[in-house]
Amino acid sequence: MSQRSRLNLVVVQVLVLSLMLAMLGRLFYLQVAAGLKYQNAAVNITSRDIVTPAVRGAIVDDTGLPMVMDRPGMVITVDRSALAKMPDKGQALLKRVATLIGIKYSDLYVRTRLCGEITSGPKAGCWNGTLYQPIPVTKEATQAQALKILENPDIYPGVTAIPVPIRSYPSLAGENVAHILGYVGSVTSADLLNTGKKYYQNETIGKTGLEYQYDSYLQGTPGIKTVIVDRTENITSTSTATQPVAGNNLVTNINAKLQAVAEKALASSVMSARAQGYRGDSGAAIVMDVHTGAVLAMASYPTYDPNIWQKGLTTAQATALFSEADGVPALSRAIDGTYAPASAFKALSVVAASHAGYNLNSNFACPYSIKFGNQTFHNDDTKVQGTMSLQTAIAVSCDTIWYQIGYDQWVKDGGLRPKQNPNDFFFKNASLFGVGKPTGIDLPSEASGRLPDRTWKLAYYKANKNFYCNYTKKAKPSDLTPFLIAIAKEDCTDGYIVRAGDAINFAIGQGDVLMTPIQMTDMYAAVANGGTLYKPEVARAVVNPDGKVVQEFLPQINGKIPASSSTLSFLHAALRQVAVTGTAAGVFGNYPIQVSGKTGTGQVQGRNSNGTAKDPTSWFASYAPSNKPEYAVVMMVSQGGYGAGTSAVGVKDIYDALFGVTGNILDPKKAIFLTGAPPKAIPKIDVKNAVVKKQ
Amino acid sequence: MTIFRPQSRTHRMMRNVSGYDRWLTFATIGLLAFGSILVWAATKNWFASQHLDPQYYLKRHFINILIGGAMAYATTLIDYRLLRAYTPIVWILGVLGLMAVLTPGVGSTVNGAKAWIALPGGFQIQPAELAKISIILGIAMILAERNGIGADPTDKDVMKALGVASIPIALIMLQPDLGTTLIISSAIVLMIAVSGAPSRWVAGLLLLAVLGGFVAVKAGVVSQYQIKRLQSFVNPSADPQQSGYQLRQARITIGSGGILGKGLFHGPQTNGRFVPEQQTDFIFTVAGEETGFLGCGLMLLFFGLFFWRAFLIAQRTDDLFGRLVCVGVIAWFALQTFENIGMSMGLMPMTGVPLPFISYGGSSMFATLIGFGLLQNVHLRSR
Repeated sequence: MSQRSRLNLVVVQVLVLSLMLAMLGRLFYLQVAAGLKYQNAAVNITSRDIVTPAVRGAIVDDTGLPMVMDRPGMVITVDRSALAKMPDKGQALLKRVATLIGIKYSDLYVRTRLCGEITSGPKAGCWNGTLYQPIPVTKEATQAQALKILENPDIYPGVTAIPVPIRSYPSLAGENVAHILGYVGSVTSADLLNTGKKYYQNETIGKTGLEYQYDSYLQGTPGIKTVIVDRTENITSTSTATQPVAGNNLVTNINAKLQAVAEKALASSVMSARAQGYRGDSGAAIVMDVHTGAVLAMASYPTYDPNIWQKGLTTAQATALFSEADGVPALSRAIDGTYAPASAFKALSVVAASHAGYNLNSNFACPYSIKFGNQTFHNDDTKVQGTMSLQTAIAVSCDTIWYQIGYDQWVKDGGLRPKQNPNDFFFKNASLFGVGKPTGIDLPSEASGRLPDRTWKLAYYKANKNFYCNYTKKAKPSDLTPFLIAIAKEDCTDGYIVRAGDAINFAIGQGDVLMTPIQMTDMYAAVANGGTLYKPEVARAVVNPDGKVVQEFLPQINGKIPASSSTLSFLHAALRQVAVTGTAAGVFGNYPIQVSGKTGTGQVQGRNSNGTAKDPTSWFASYAPSNKPEYAVVMMVSQGGYGAGTSAVGVKDIYDALFGVTGNILDPKKAIFLTGAPPKAIPKIDVKNAVVKKQ
Repeated sequence: MTIFRPQSRTHRMMRNVSGYDRWLTFATIGLLAFGSILVWAATKNWFASQHLDPQYYLKRHFINILIGGAMAYATTLIDYRLLRAYTPIVWILGVLGLMAVLTPGVGSTVNGAKAWIALPGGFQIQPAELAKISIILGIAMILAERNGIGADPTDKDVMKALGVASIPIALIMLQPDLGTTLIISSAIVLMIAVSGAPSRWVAGLLLLAVLGGFVAVKAGVVSQYQIKRLQSFVNPSADPQQSGYQLRQARITIGSGGILGKGLFHGPQTNGRFVPEQQTDFIFTVAGEETGFLGCGLMLLFFGLFFWRAFLIAQRTDDLFGRLVCVGVIAWFALQTFENIGMSMGLMPMTGVPLPFISYGGSSMFATLIGFGLLQNVHLRSR
């Protein structure tokens, strides 16, 4: 045998040894060095969490009446992996299911697609979860539909029906409350990022409104069963299991009956505005307890049926919720809509004037119009002229007095060359009244409105300087009128300066100032209660399913309005005068309850989509009873016409219900709050009986 | 240099018949025991959950071992040098078997390859497994022919050997069974190297293998099914539901075993059957998940012991035929072990070859145990 043969045998030995070592090394890497990584990967592959949703807490009104609650529903799910195995990708099956549950095939198709799968066309109602879990296509299946599916697995392969709790809005007092309650939906990956909380796939969470704000209380803890599955997703064993824990109930300050009244009053005011020839596109109505800031009712028009979220949103419904033509029903005007406060702002102007040193009890000249420079400003709400007391001026809503005061103060602050530390009585008082700041109401996405003071003016100028200075290039051709070009040129050079017109407009709540209806309500509640600005609160308490109070939300003070007691006394008298002899006397002149308030008719710049000029914003901000105020009531109708003609009438409807007035005759037994004030105690909640009552 | 000594050879034969290599037998029994447990672990829970006999595979595996053991014993009875005379018959039988699987109506297709002959009673045989033995014996016979006169194989001998090997290899390629082809071809190169044949043959064949592989892929000789497997080896996410999925699952299953393993019969991945072919080609994943690094290390230790003893036998024998048979068997076992375990761990591309002594499967078990028998046979007659 040759040397080469022996040598090569050694080579073969080395080769085999190195193969053995390679395997040992790789084995070490997989099982020891990277073992943890693979162990985690294996757990993900083999374990599945089966989530049994907890019963979500109810949201009840101040008497314990549920406004939203969970009730047993029947969900129908479709398994996409089963569809994928069918020759037509499940088209025929989906058509059968669509016919069975009575919806359009196209809607059902969208519901069974991942949101990411739909690249074009409507995607409302698309599935936020994964392909590997059964996709719910309706939660409102009837027993008959569920039975059909369960008894005919050959006709409905991959389709199943299981009972789940679903959100239900019993509307026991005829209330809608859609904007306050908000709605719930499946948890999305964005939610997971935002909240940082651990949710299970397809867990239901609050998306807006109280459902969102108090989600952590309402949610409860889902029951989790962790199972071990095999390759074909058959369960081979159960590793852990926990029972679901029901969520807590939320007691609100809302009174469902009053809410229903406010909604109806608002809707009829909008209708009345339209009957008067105004556009009347939207509106809000709020009732607040002046002693606590508790929101007793809060309506927004237009509204929508909250049940649509539960039935499974159709494409048409989703479009309608945010459609401009339908007035964007999803938007809550009460906290998200911002409007020029107009004459309702004058309560604040009075306080500013008192700080500027005006004697509120002296007489002022109220001409029809005043000329400042080359611009003329005139009265709008009133035709009364002449010298009059400030109280009368408030009552008849004379504007020219305020133009003069606003102009004089602007001049004193330096006019176009402002002093180092201008007094800015109007801006500073407005800020102390909460203008331009969110009230902090316990609802998500509140608008802050706008306080157009010097800081804002400068910031706005900086943001828009480029546009003004290149106006002829950047503006729409239709906006290239000589007048607008001239204004743009002026704004380009010194647009940050508060001009006379800004100051004059601000004094009557016009121009760039914007307020939300909730800010207005809070402001009038403060005037009524002697000066305290409360944080508006919808929630009263959190009560667990056994009836124990978990948390109580006590009134919170945002601040004090800067009005001395003499200024307040003057304001009380003036605002009362509005209802007795002033702009609202036509509505409240013979009213059995003393109402104080202020009308507002806000001029709105800009045009509607059809090209017509915008109609004025109608406001009525009020409180009652005048001598011992309990409630602040504010109504606003966008493009609603005059404050008195539209909103004051709606406010009267609300007072009718609050105090038990029928045709100007008072019957305290018909009042919503029989004690004359909202209940102080936290009510007992009886969700089950409430439903029985309804049925 | 070997000197022809007929007397002493006969003398040794007489003296050492009873002397098996105990360590080799010990390693083999250890591996067989290991394999039996793993085959059981791979199938027990699954069969139980399907309301079938949980010991179904274990029982059949035992039968295979018994038959294979009998074959191994029978292999050791006749002096391997006499066996040389029967080599042409073994070779012809192997080729006939390989031709049979390619005959329509006789061979059955599994996983895209025609590798099986179905026999009555639910049994199947895989001729390629047994053909490995005939190829090794055939090559060894031709390369050792000139050794009788004390000379190294000539170029002509090598060409003759390649010619003899090419027919069964071509038939295996046609199945197609790329894994077996590569393993057998590599074993042949190693046998040629050890035979003392001119070195240019080894270098040339290695070069040819590289070139051939390249051309085969380019020219589309290799089937789509094989290219897919190779692609998924390079990029496991390319085809996540098919071969890439299997490779990924295999790696996760082994890795999740950690140091101590999940315990026999307690591997969630194994019991959930996330890895295919758990009792045959992917049996190492069961070892990985349920016995961990310790168990797998022990298994590799048994393989190491086996190869060490086998090499000792190859070294000790003075007879080139015996040595070449040993080298052929060692190369076959070692390469197949490396391909099988390497595939499970993501070191090698996916090809369906069984793990010697461990995997479930009759043909493979018989062939492996005959290989073991050949090693013992050479050992018996080498002292």
